[in-house]
Amino acid sequence: MTAVESAVTPRVETATPQVVAMTYREAVREAIRAAMRQDSRVFLMGEDVGRYGGTYAVSHGLLDEFGPERVRDTPLSESAFVGMGIGAALGGMRPIVEVMTVNFSLLAADQIVNGAATMLHMSGGQFNVPLVIRMATGAGRQLAAQHSHSLEGWYAHIPGIRVLAPATIEDARGMLPSALDDPDPVLIFEHATLYNIEGQLAAGAGAVPIDRAAVRREGRDVSLIAYGGMLRTAIAAAEQLEASGVSAEVIDLRVLRPLDDDTILASVRKTHRAVVIDEAWRSGSLAAEVSARIMEGAFYELDAPVARVCAAEVPIPYPRHLEQYALPRVETIVETVQRMTTHAG
Amino acid sequence: MTELRMPSLGADMEFGTLVQWRVKPGAAVKRGDVVAEVETQKGVFEIDIREDAIVSELLVAEGSRVKVGAPMAVLVPAGVRAPDERPAAAPPSVRPVMKAAPPIPVVRLDGATVPSGTPPHRPRASPLARRVAAELGIDLSAVPGTGDGGVITRSDVEQAATSAASATPPVAAMRPIEVSPKPPAATAGMREAIAAAMARSKREIPHYYLSEDVELSPAMNWLNTTNAARPVPERILPAAMLLKGVARALTRFPELNGYFVSNTFQPSAQVHLGVAITLRGGGLVAPAIHDADRLSVTELMAALADLVRRARQGGLRSSEITDPTITVTNLGEEGVRTVYGVITPPQVAIVGFGSIDERPWAEDGLIGARPVVTVSLSADHRVSDGWRGARFLRELRRLLGTPEEL
Amino acid sequence: MSANEHDLALLEAMIRIRRFEERCADLYKEEKIRGFLHLYIGEEAIAVGVMQALTPADAVVSTYREHGHALARGIDMNRVMAEMYGKATGTSGGRGGSMHLFDAPSRFYGGTAIVGEQLPMAAGLALADKMQGRPVVTACFFGDGAVAEGEFHETMNLAALWKLPVLFCCENNRYAMGTAIERAQSETDLALKAAAYRMPAWPVDGMDVKAVDSAARRAAESIRAGEGPHFIEFRTYRFRAHSMFDPELYRSKDEVEQWRRRDPILLFSERLRRESALDDTALEAIEKRVAAEIEAAVAFAEASEWEPVESLTRHVTTLAAP
Repeated sequence: MTAVESAVTPRVETATPQVVAMTYREAVREAIRAAMRQDSRVFLMGEDVGRYGGTYAVSHGLLDEFGPERVRDTPLSESAFVGMGIGAALGGMRPIVEVMTVNFSLLAADQIVNGAATMLHMSGGQFNVPLVIRMATGAGRQLAAQHSHSLEGWYAHIPGIRVLAPATIEDARGMLPSALDDPDPVLIFEHATLYNIEGQLAAGAGAVPIDRAAVRREGRDVSLIAYGGMLRTAIAAAEQLEASGVSAEVIDLRVLRPLDDDTILASVRKTHRAVVIDEAWRSGSLAAEVSARIMEGAFYELDAPVARVCAAEVPIPYPRHLEQYALPRVETIVETVQRMTTHAG
Repeated sequence: MTELRMPSLGADMEFGTLVQWRVKPGAAVKRGDVVAEVETQKGVFEIDIREDAIVSELLVAEGSRVKVGAPMAVLVPAGVRAPDERPAAAPPSVRPVMKAAPPIPVVRLDGATVPSGTPPHRPRASPLARRVAAELGIDLSAVPGTGDGGVITRSDVEQAATSAASATPPVAAMRPIEVSPKPPAATAGMREAIAAAMARSKREIPHYYLSEDVELSPAMNWLNTTNAARPVPERILPAAMLLKGVARALTRFPELNGYFVSNTFQPSAQVHLGVAITLRGGGLVAPAIHDADRLSVTELMAALADLVRRARQGGLRSSEITDPTITVTNLGEEGVRTVYGVITPPQVAIVGFGSIDERPWAEDGLIGARPVVTVSLSADHRVSDGWRGARFLRELRRLLGTPEEL
Repeated sequence: MSANEHDLALLEAMIRIRRFEERCADLYKEEKIRGFLHLYIGEEAIAVGVMQALTPADAVVSTYREHGHALARGIDMNRVMAEMYGKATGTSGGRGGSMHLFDAPSRFYGGTAIVGEQLPMAAGLALADKMQGRPVVTACFFGDGAVAEGEFHETMNLAALWKLPVLFCCENNRYAMGTAIERAQSETDLALKAAAYRMPAWPVDGMDVKAVDSAARRAAESIRAGEGPHFIEFRTYRFRAHSMFDPELYRSKDEVEQWRRRDPILLFSERLRRESALDDTALEAIEKRVAAEIEAAVAFAEASEWEPVESLTRHVTTLAAP
């Protein structure tokens, strides 16, 4: 394995037969804890990560364990503390900067886009920025327009950064250590509705690859391509479709930049139909990018146009019924697939 | 000598306008002295000199618009005698010469115009369906689409390819060959294509018509004798003899075998007989038997049967659709005596056979009942004339009279 | 080095920057240097003076008007000139240009085109040094324009709160591009603003290289001793326009002339002459050395290769696909 590969392929763990019940939140916490124990250069910095215990309780208990030098509460200064993350990374540390949500990351957009993403290039290869930024993202909790963005697609647009969307407990646990090993900036988007999900994790589970998508469910008739919070929606749709005789394959993108074209195209070449499910608005979205790539790479395999199921083009509204209606729903996905597979054998 | 050139002061500066010279020819200037005022879109700038020099010549008049990099004055650097030549100053600008961009023409889009000589209707099919149809040799215009909005999907193409029809064996008499039923909507596209082709044919091709009655008893006797010695699957239909006769006759009448394209007739070295096969539901295909003149009657029979079967199943190859150099049609089963066919462009002739009936026939002063078929020729008068057409029919009659030589 | 030798070195360092900048202006007009060019002419005393207080282990963070800082920090002039040209031998392989000079060996972290963007990064570098127990200073250069940006205030606050070893060097040349400070700041006493964040802050005459030198040394010493960030407002002036394509409609020629009388090179050479530390011969020797170095740098840049387009997508990310 070359040095390049070793950074993004899982470390070999001795397998133990046990599994541990865990929430997504706990998995992220465990990832941070393990990283900080293993490497004294790793530290956590962000709003309310310390005394408050983390907005989403991810860092609950970490201040007590590691102290205020390594779990740093910052003032409300997104631009400054993200930029400081850049400087600290340049200076030999391995900072994990937590921006409370992607909505507030706009205040630090310059630091991310003009600072972190460009440093390696502008310096002609001299300066890597091994910075990890974690952010909560997404809608669905009636937090209204300013607190419900899914801007992963914007960041996935920028050369120089890696963008991850862990949608499973295994990925919540395993993507962070791999991100910390990446010599360049990595953004990790945690959909806020995933924190509570429960599941099982192999005891001793660790780093996972951060360079490829995953087939979460195999199928023959259509490829449902999703990421983050939408993975579970896609799987629910696939189960419903199964009952009506349509076999749906579900792809979890996992890595939004760089996109894993190989996995996506292999699936579409098999099923000949694709639906991209993205909680962002469709215009200029990551779904648009995936659709374009499918058109470019598998045009002659398509038995129907690539469909996109995205949020309605409206700032996310507060009342539950409107918000749910605006977001991609299982019914919409199922209907879309059924139209594509009319009379299909 | 060196030159003072219009300096670039910014990435988007292309020109400067010389507002005023601050020096006259012959003036001695020192490094940093301002020698000119130049106006740009941003405002007025003072242009200073790089090195001590004497101004030899002013090349540009006040008020002129000068491109960045273009020379404005000639200087003699201090310490150099005027007659001495010095290498030119900095090499010319590496920027590309900016021409005034031509105005972008405004293209008015008329409402969609249908070009004359309507191209065949293009069915709506998914990329995958198209690919599979091409591979299987299916005519998409004959495939019903059941996808969203009536689009033809892959399964529709596969369905068309494997649609089971009750296998109707070729009949003894000449009959229009039929295929298994399809929903009427399926052939709408085909109907449209036929309509367009026929309309164009009648519009553009000056048809002339000839017909000839051919007495077939020698041919039928030979046929019956030959068939008696063969197992049923290998037996020959009269159609095969007639087709062979046409094919051989055509080798001597090239003006009936080829394509009329771009106001020119291109005779074909090969004889690819297009055989008209009607489809139930109102469709018609006329795929080619390639090199029919080179096939024996037995081979031609086999080719015909295979063609009919594949036309029924939807397994025709595109070359069979595009290659006929002439078409042969028969409607004998329907009981018509004579067929006056419409030429399929770009072909230049169509041969029609009516039914083979027992008719009164006079020969050697005696009247008897013989099997007789009326053969018709419709031909393109731009390429051939009645005299040649008549001789073709005579040749065909002769060939059919010596069936063992077909 | 004797005091005289040191002073002559200061003078030479300033002249070196001045002549380099003048040559760059010429090269820009000849379209050898492209994009934007921001000249440091008039402000040389600050770069030269502050660098006296820094060691090679310290870090330097600068802004787009950075050639003086880069040269004073000791980056090879050949490579700086090549970077201005965009050649592959430049400090950033030609990829950055005038506004993005980087040099890892001398801990020179650019060079940014976004006003104020570098302040958080400087604080982060200082944080890393502090967390790893290194008694080094991060010198962060920025102008009066940056003081208006949110990043300035956020960084001042955080640096003071966390006692980060940053030397904030504000080069107040009174203009943010075309906007005079009186029209941009409700409180134009910038040192006062910084002091409000609870860090030592004071103004210094930026035209006096010795004053700059001594103020920077004092601040650096305190910072190394763990006393947290310091802020120095260097009062200075740029004699040329903001960038090349600026007709300076926003200030009078008289004002520029007045400040030219306080040219740091002029003032210092006059002072050295008064002290008999400088004569015409010595000055001529300095100019000659400087001219030769600049000629060599231009020749180096001219002769250097362009990076081939085949390697365009290098240096985007370290691992695989960008």
